[in-house]
Amino acid sequence: MAGDNGRTRIQKRKISASAVRYIVAGFFIVGALLAVFDAPEEIAAMLDRAKIRILHRHLHGLTSRFPYRLGLDIQGGTHLVYRADVKNVAPADRQSSLDAVRDVIERRVNLFGVSEPLVQVEKSGEEWRLIVELAGVQDINTAIKVIGETPFLEFREERPEVAQTEEDPYFSPTPLTGQYLKHAVVQFDPITRQATVELEFNDEGSKIFAGLTKKNIGKRIGIYLDGVPISAPVVNEEIAGGKAEITGNFTAQEAKELVGRMNAGALPVPIGLISQQTIGASLGAESLQKSLFAGMVGFLMLALFMILWYRLPGALAVVALLLYLVILLALFKLIPVTLTIAGIAGIILSIGMAVDANVLIFERLKEELLKQKRLEDAIDEGFGRAWTSIRDSNVSSLLTALILYWLGTSVVKGFALTLGIGIMVSMFSAISVTRMLLRATANHRFEKYRALFLSGLAK
Amino acid sequence: MNIIGHKYIYLAISGLLVLGGVAAFLIFGLREGIDFTGGSLIEIEFRKSDASYVHPEPDRIRRALDGLDLGTITVQPAGDGILLRFKTVDEDTHQEILRRLRTTTPDRNEALEKRFDAIGPTIGVELRRRSMLAIGLAIIVIMLYIAWAFRHVSEPLPSWKYGVVAIATLVHDVAIPTGLFAVLGHFYGIEVDSLFITALLTVMGFSVHDTIVVFDRTRENLHKTKSGESYESIVNRSINETLARSINTSLTVLLVLGAIFFFGGSTVHYFSLALAVGIIFGTYSSIFVASPLLVIWNDLSGPKRS
Repeated sequence: MAGDNGRTRIQKRKISASAVRYIVAGFFIVGALLAVFDAPEEIAAMLDRAKIRILHRHLHGLTSRFPYRLGLDIQGGTHLVYRADVKNVAPADRQSSLDAVRDVIERRVNLFGVSEPLVQVEKSGEEWRLIVELAGVQDINTAIKVIGETPFLEFREERPEVAQTEEDPYFSPTPLTGQYLKHAVVQFDPITRQATVELEFNDEGSKIFAGLTKKNIGKRIGIYLDGVPISAPVVNEEIAGGKAEITGNFTAQEAKELVGRMNAGALPVPIGLISQQTIGASLGAESLQKSLFAGMVGFLMLALFMILWYRLPGALAVVALLLYLVILLALFKLIPVTLTIAGIAGIILSIGMAVDANVLIFERLKEELLKQKRLEDAIDEGFGRAWTSIRDSNVSSLLTALILYWLGTSVVKGFALTLGIGIMVSMFSAISVTRMLLRATANHRFEKYRALFLSGLAK
Repeated sequence: MNIIGHKYIYLAISGLLVLGGVAAFLIFGLREGIDFTGGSLIEIEFRKSDASYVHPEPDRIRRALDGLDLGTITVQPAGDGILLRFKTVDEDTHQEILRRLRTTTPDRNEALEKRFDAIGPTIGVELRRRSMLAIGLAIIVIMLYIAWAFRHVSEPLPSWKYGVVAIATLVHDVAIPTGLFAVLGHFYGIEVDSLFITALLTVMGFSVHDTIVVFDRTRENLHKTKSGESYESIVNRSINETLARSINTSLTVLLVLGAIFFFGGSTVHYFSLALAVGIIFGTYSSIFVASPLLVIWNDLSGPKRS
């Protein structure tokens, strides 16, 4: 790193002083724009007070199109874990059974008007599970009851005339329900390559089905799951053997979905609740307020320390930190990342750690300055040497964040994600932003104020 | 500062603390929250019409919930309300419990359930397993990483030894907060949840972060040294050069952790404590333990070849 090499490196990195100034100006503009993106509601409130109405609509538009994704522990809601009883299902079919159950439950959950319901299949060892997350649901007790019920599949026949007073004006119930259905499978017509759904009923079901089809030739049979129609094919002929084929313009995907739903009603996989975690909305809002306040206090104390100890570079670091924060929040909005209380703690922690890279650079800078180098050279040397340290040390934190994300529960995942992203963005901001800011101030005029670049109690 | 010169003192202090931590852990054990043990937890507030809060007597509560097979019911105050802990229950029992709790206050005040958790035992066991796995994995991964990062440093100490020393300091950094929480759990009933494990892992990542900075500087100085400076002296110099940096980095993180501890919500209160303690001792170990161990190992490996 000495001699020839050093010289070439410094020369290659020479950006003109004016370019540096443009870049820094750019940072400020981008920063301001991102700040508006991050907190449009707050900006709107400020503009209101200043009686400026123009941007109102656009700001509100921003808020609704790019809201922050808030976790359960902030919005309030419930996290449920169900265990699926798969002993009646052959191991090879278990994945598809669980997927079908997932599908059915998601449709039920949607009836509750949850904004972002989460229904996921999870396999833990030999156990198959279903994770359901409902944010902002008022009546969790009812939700749990409804979710846990066995899916109800039924076949209905078309009414001779529309009966407005009935619950279902178009179809009336018949005795044929899911318990008579053996299974449904997807078939592909060898000639047309069209996807079809093939049904097979058991003996009793075949008899009922035969009667039904005989009665309704030319009319529709409605197939309902949990009271909602999923298909209504026309009966072409009387079907006596208990095997029927539904043709239509199904895509392979649609056929697969239909089959899954019908099987869920035919071969239900009972589910039992093994874990429930519910947070009331009031507790969530409280926790959020406290976390945000803690964040502000932390940031202020940090800023104070940086300026008092590192003086000018410290102040620059605080500016870089603000930019870092603004970029981070924008990223969380865009990706989007669900923010939980632990996640917010992760953000606050990453702020403390983001400063670390700057600290490293400044310490190196001080060293170089004490060797009586020119300010500009000292800055470049400082950055060059510090980078390997920054990279190596952040990698270890990133690795643990990765392990945490992989092995943790959703609470832990939230923390690992914000910390991990925070560390990566902080590396970027320290290297590029702080450096540019330092460069911008490092010209001949400031040589006199070298002392400002030194730090702490040193002479 | 001659740190290496006094290395035995510093190592002795560390050793005592680690021993203390391990002893506390073995004697008291950690008080596990329902995350690990399974069980139920209700946080509930009883608000009067004038917006003040009442706290029904624990015995009143236990009598009201009699017959529901809840096992031991713990009653604790929590903010404006109370925290009840008991066995895992299903949803129907949960609703019944709420109904009965409403009868425990004199005017049948509005009972606001702030939080309810019912964790089955299998989930708890699984969490324990996963936590152990995570910690074990982290140790292995970190060791591999250090061995790789320092692969070119062979003289006088091969790179894998740096990895082992880093792990030793890691164990030190994890043992002390664990010991602290064992004591807190035993005397104050402070529970350990999945966030505690998270704190331990984060401390591990951060502590290695710190240790690497010192090792990095040692590596750089080793590379640059021309005269026959002893390994000991190089290491000591490296520590002194990185001292300000180590302390300041930890200070900045501790500042924000302090803010979280004092102003943050209850969920992250003990989390921030575990992190803070871990980071304080993590910094201590990076400065006063890691490098001395390197030097001792070097001494033990035979004649100097620096």
